[in-house]
Amino acid sequence: MAEERRPKQCTVVLPTESMKAMAESIGVGQLQEESCAALSEEVSYRIKEIAQDALKFMHHGKRCKLTTSDIDYALKLKNVEPLYGFQSQEFIPFRFASGGGRELHFYEEKEVDLSDIINTPLPRVPLDVSLKAHWLSIEGVQPAIPENPPPAPKEQQKTESTEPLKAVKPGQEEEGSTQKGQGATSAEAKGKKDGLMRMKPRSTHELSVEQQLYYKEITEACVGSCEAKRAEALQSIATDPGLYQMLPRFSTFISEGVRVNVVQNNLALLIYLMRMVKALMDNPTLYLEKYLHELIPAVVTCIVSKQLCLRPDVDNHWALRDFAARLMAQSCKTFSTTTNNIQSRITKTFTKSWLDDKTQWTTRYGCIAGLSELGPDVIKTLILPRLTVEGARIKAVSDGPVVSNIDKIGADHVQNLLLKHCASVIAKACPLPDNVEQYRADYGYLGPMLCSHVVKARAQAALQAQQVNRTTLTITQPRPTLTVSQSGIGGSGGSRTPSIIKVPSSLTLMSTRPGTPTQPSPPATKYIVMATSSGSSSTQQVITRTSSSVTSTVASATSTLQPLVKLESGGSRPLQKYIVVSLPSSSSLESKSGVLPPSSSTSPILLEARIKVDCSDSPGASTQSPH
Amino acid sequence: MAAVQDGQLNMEVEKDIKTEITNDGSGNINANSSSPGSTSSGGKSKSPAGSGEDQQTLLAVLQFLKRNKLTESVDILRREAGLSADADDSPVSDSAGAGSGGVPNVSADGGDANSLLSRVSIATPVAPPATAPPKGLVRSHSKVMPSGGEDQPDVNVVLSAYSQQGDPVLYPLYYNGLKKFIESVLDCHRAELSQVFYPLFVHMYLELVYNNHENEAKQFFEKFSGDQECYYEEDLRILSSMSKKEHMKGNETMLDFRTSKFVLRISRDSYQLLKRHLQERQNNQIWNIIQEHLYIDIFDGMPRSKSQIDAMSGSLAGEGKRDANKAKVFYGLLKEPEIEVPLDDEDEEAENEEGKPKKKKPKKDSMGSKSKKQDPNAPQQTRIPLPELKDSDKLDKIMNMKEATKKIRLSPDNLPSICFYSFLNAYQGLTAVDFTDDSSLIAGGFADSTVRVWSVTPKKLRRVKSAADLSNIDKESDDVLERIMDEKTASESKILYGHSGPVYGISFSPDRNYLLSSSEDGTVRLWSLQTFTCLVGYKGHNYPVWDTQFSPYGYYFISGGHDRVARLWATDHYQPLRMFAGHLADITCTLFHPNSNYVATGSADRTIRLWDVLTGNCVRILTGHKGPIHSLAFSPNGKFMASGATDGRVLLWDVGHGLMVGELKGHSDTIYALKFSRDGEILASGSMDNTVKLWDTLKAFDDVELDDFTAATGHIHLPENSQELLLGTYMTKSTPVIHLHFTRRNLLLAAGAYNP
Repeated sequence: MAEERRPKQCTVVLPTESMKAMAESIGVGQLQEESCAALSEEVSYRIKEIAQDALKFMHHGKRCKLTTSDIDYALKLKNVEPLYGFQSQEFIPFRFASGGGRELHFYEEKEVDLSDIINTPLPRVPLDVSLKAHWLSIEGVQPAIPENPPPAPKEQQKTESTEPLKAVKPGQEEEGSTQKGQGATSAEAKGKKDGLMRMKPRSTHELSVEQQLYYKEITEACVGSCEAKRAEALQSIATDPGLYQMLPRFSTFISEGVRVNVVQNNLALLIYLMRMVKALMDNPTLYLEKYLHELIPAVVTCIVSKQLCLRPDVDNHWALRDFAARLMAQSCKTFSTTTNNIQSRITKTFTKSWLDDKTQWTTRYGCIAGLSELGPDVIKTLILPRLTVEGARIKAVSDGPVVSNIDKIGADHVQNLLLKHCASVIAKACPLPDNVEQYRADYGYLGPMLCSHVVKARAQAALQAQQVNRTTLTITQPRPTLTVSQSGIGGSGGSRTPSIIKVPSSLTLMSTRPGTPTQPSPPATKYIVMATSSGSSSTQQVITRTSSSVTSTVASATSTLQPLVKLESGGSRPLQKYIVVSLPSSSSLESKSGVLPPSSSTSPILLEARIKVDCSDSPGASTQSPH
Repeated sequence: MAAVQDGQLNMEVEKDIKTEITNDGSGNINANSSSPGSTSSGGKSKSPAGSGEDQQTLLAVLQFLKRNKLTESVDILRREAGLSADADDSPVSDSAGAGSGGVPNVSADGGDANSLLSRVSIATPVAPPATAPPKGLVRSHSKVMPSGGEDQPDVNVVLSAYSQQGDPVLYPLYYNGLKKFIESVLDCHRAELSQVFYPLFVHMYLELVYNNHENEAKQFFEKFSGDQECYYEEDLRILSSMSKKEHMKGNETMLDFRTSKFVLRISRDSYQLLKRHLQERQNNQIWNIIQEHLYIDIFDGMPRSKSQIDAMSGSLAGEGKRDANKAKVFYGLLKEPEIEVPLDDEDEEAENEEGKPKKKKPKKDSMGSKSKKQDPNAPQQTRIPLPELKDSDKLDKIMNMKEATKKIRLSPDNLPSICFYSFLNAYQGLTAVDFTDDSSLIAGGFADSTVRVWSVTPKKLRRVKSAADLSNIDKESDDVLERIMDEKTASESKILYGHSGPVYGISFSPDRNYLLSSSEDGTVRLWSLQTFTCLVGYKGHNYPVWDTQFSPYGYYFISGGHDRVARLWATDHYQPLRMFAGHLADITCTLFHPNSNYVATGSADRTIRLWDVLTGNCVRILTGHKGPIHSLAFSPNGKFMASGATDGRVLLWDVGHGLMVGELKGHSDTIYALKFSRDGEILASGSMDNTVKLWDTLKAFDDVELDDFTAATGHIHLPENSQELLLGTYMTKSTPVIHLHFTRRNLLLAAGAYNP
């Protein structure tokens, strides 16, 4: 590769245009082309020379990043006056401009109002250098403490679980390792020295005393009664980098826990366990595939089990099913490969039990929820064709003689679920206009209701787009913009072509400008929420929250956010979940999953996290509703 | 400390110039033979009409003085030397005058020593830029020139060596012809002869550039640069940027190529083959280059294999010559000073005081008796004068021995624990770290020019009271040492201000009373850890000083920097005692041998040199690294050395034989820290790739079989066993490891700045 680069190296020379631009900047016009060429060669050479010297300073400064001061020192070495005023640590604030066939990079010199500087509060004094000691290794073993990197990086976990063959066959491993040579990771290197007959590295299942204590504390907190403690514990599971060793235990804990509590119909505990699964999935340092065989059955149980609570008519076990279904969808998305076929196997399972006539309404609900969470494609191919049959069955329950209250409630929920999920899909897939008769013909009993839902969905999409446009317009300063490609909720005119919508990503921008037209928009915000969330109980929470609890800046902030989130989730998911999440008690819990902290101090970082939230992050919220 | 005042080291006045040094290893500048520099008090004993070499040296000095605006000294020197005022306005300072002078421009071989002399001494007006500068002039002098010790006059002289030109179009043909020939020879010779490619390529390219064949040069470069070994990439990059004759002036890498002959080791058979080929083909162009710019070290015996050659090559100027490593090195340790009797007494007393029962006396005796025996490889005790032990030093030695008895015996099954000291909030500014030998203090050098000292024990850092307060103290009291300390200043860390540039090197004195720091501002500073003030600023290096290191016995220290000269100092002299010149690029790291008689320096020219403190000679040139060397470590027994470079490899060396004995691969970035455990069984390496690795050195040194032949020729087969030798890898979260230290009990301390 070095060979490929070299010819390039010797030809890199500054363009002559730059010379001209520089000459003009110091008042020399009309530089001869030849002198430009000569100059640029000379200048390029000198710059390279200085860069080489600057690298020296970087190396001796024990850094990997060349800084402006390195260049200053290199200039000093050559008896040249250093360039003053480039004391930036991180990036060089050059700006680019073009025009008139010219391209320029220049250093922006803003006019600064002194009174502004004087009036701004002083920044915090940078912390002083301090010394901290920790154990990197104790008698050759690296302790799993926060100061050390996680014992097995995610990539390694992944290779271990996805390429088991390689590790099992000793001969093959040997070949691979000798070729790999330098870049061997620690575990590999350690394994290699053990000798030729190397088997798959056995992960030690011994936990240190500290780890055992931690495990005990965490599991107790997760299923205990104190919500604050649980939040902390889940937070720890979701962020702690050193959990790799304990993963088998957690997995077993969850799987056993679900088994026992399903039998006992202990809804609360099941919810806690599912939240643990969620937290484990959220941990960026863990790769769960090895434990899916335990986790998936547990999750699926929580989706489709006939009975999850003692009083099925009163308790909101539906929320748990929704939540677990979303977890399932998330793990399908993350872990499904061509070898394990998780998604297709799960889909098959769900479909099979749904098709069974004897299936209870609860299970039926779970199957549909599980399927519909898998995405619009699955809905289109598997659910829509069966709407007629399902509609007939619902009709039988609701119109027929009252068999049992439970069945009626179940059928009701299934109906709502179907309407909720199918409407958005149909709204995208079917052409206008929405004809009630047509719907009745296509979907039978559910047709008319579906029709009204679709109409609502369309209207809302249109409003949404309007709203989006409006917020963009209100932002007078379109500086940091984020472009989000919208999948299908077209513009206000109902056009279906994907469009690019610019949405301001800076939240602080909003809050600092209380006088902008954004201010009166909270009503609009509320409307959006109502329109989206098909009238479920959670909507109320949203409204109360946006209107009462927080300052208007946050409310407006939420409003600017809405379109974003909506866009990212591809329109297939109602919005309310994102907002519901912000329960006061859960402020510390799952800060990643889009929690707006109760205080109004929303930082841009948080915002970023929110933007990244993908649709499956929402369940953290809806489990809250049962309580 | 005063013990050394008048030892064998007579203070020599050293000249103060950046030295370009010759091709061979003995680049020591003997101050007596060179002229005094800025002081100019030594007097110039040579007659102005001395030999050409002297003349040139003189002129070089004048040039230097002028450049540094030391006009007074210039005048004095000129007067003493009897040179006319305009004599030194010689063309050398003129950028265009490429070595022209009194010599007729075109005379083919008229130039000889006399012509050079005349060029120097006769004040001829500057001739117009010579398109074809004198040919023979420098050719006959290429051996003399470099010893001139000054770069400016050399540039022209050196450059003009390239004036000898052939048809530029033929260059690729010549090169290709040779390439074809080498590819067609027997396998056993091919590897050896391939060594010729790189220097040949460089010199041909430079010749083309010098003769203004810019396009041909570019084509030549593009065509053949891909053939060169990848470890020359850095130099090739520099070369590639050099496309004009004007660029050659003042380019240091270029000068290195010119002033030093590229050293190749080739077996007699291969050499004969090459010679015959070139003579048959009448390929004079290449033959001339080989004759002039290459030094071919011919040996009898089997040609070396490709891997053997690769192991040793990579340095800026080829391998070290074999005879460069022939000098005897006394690598043994010095006898421990005779503190056995007081030791035992005091030890017993101490133990009795503590009320503990006596313990392990026989063991101590055995240790004592062992150290009484004189190591046959050790230098004489008084070879260089060492400071006398003070009482406090003796106490410290006793402490050391006590601790040593509690030392953990390390082995591959018993790895050391590592305690990592992270510098937080350092904002990428930590540039150097050092621990005291007893691990009680840590010092950090920072890019903001500060030096900070931390105490890692509960004992806080205190300053000595001011003079006024000190006079009130009862000097007879038993605890006077306690009383002189100012309790009010007690703190965990102290900041030392004084430098005006990043602090790149830092070193504690063995007695913990002093701290050395070297900086970008060109000075080395000595700080007192009693008063926390700067005691001395040692000025000598005019350029950044990359590293400094105290001798294990204190008093002496070594510094090295961008000016390519390592200087040996004594703390009580403001001028260096020795200057070690010979490296072809920056000296990046320095280290004392445990017996304090030798000094090792690592350089950006990718060689390590070992210097004799007594004579100032270079006694070892170790080549094999493919990047600038950034860390060095001696094994505790003084027999072996380890070095780490930007190429991420650690090389192990046998100091006595001057041989590479091992290569440890595994790091992926620059190695900034190396340290042997207290007994030498384990080598720890720390790198920019955020890892600490532990290596089994006992095995590494055992695996090497040294028979007489390899010892004599230095052609060693390196075992490919880095993976077997690697005992452990410990990643930090995001902290490059820039210093390592084994405590007296063999606990490994590591340090670096957390870099989020």
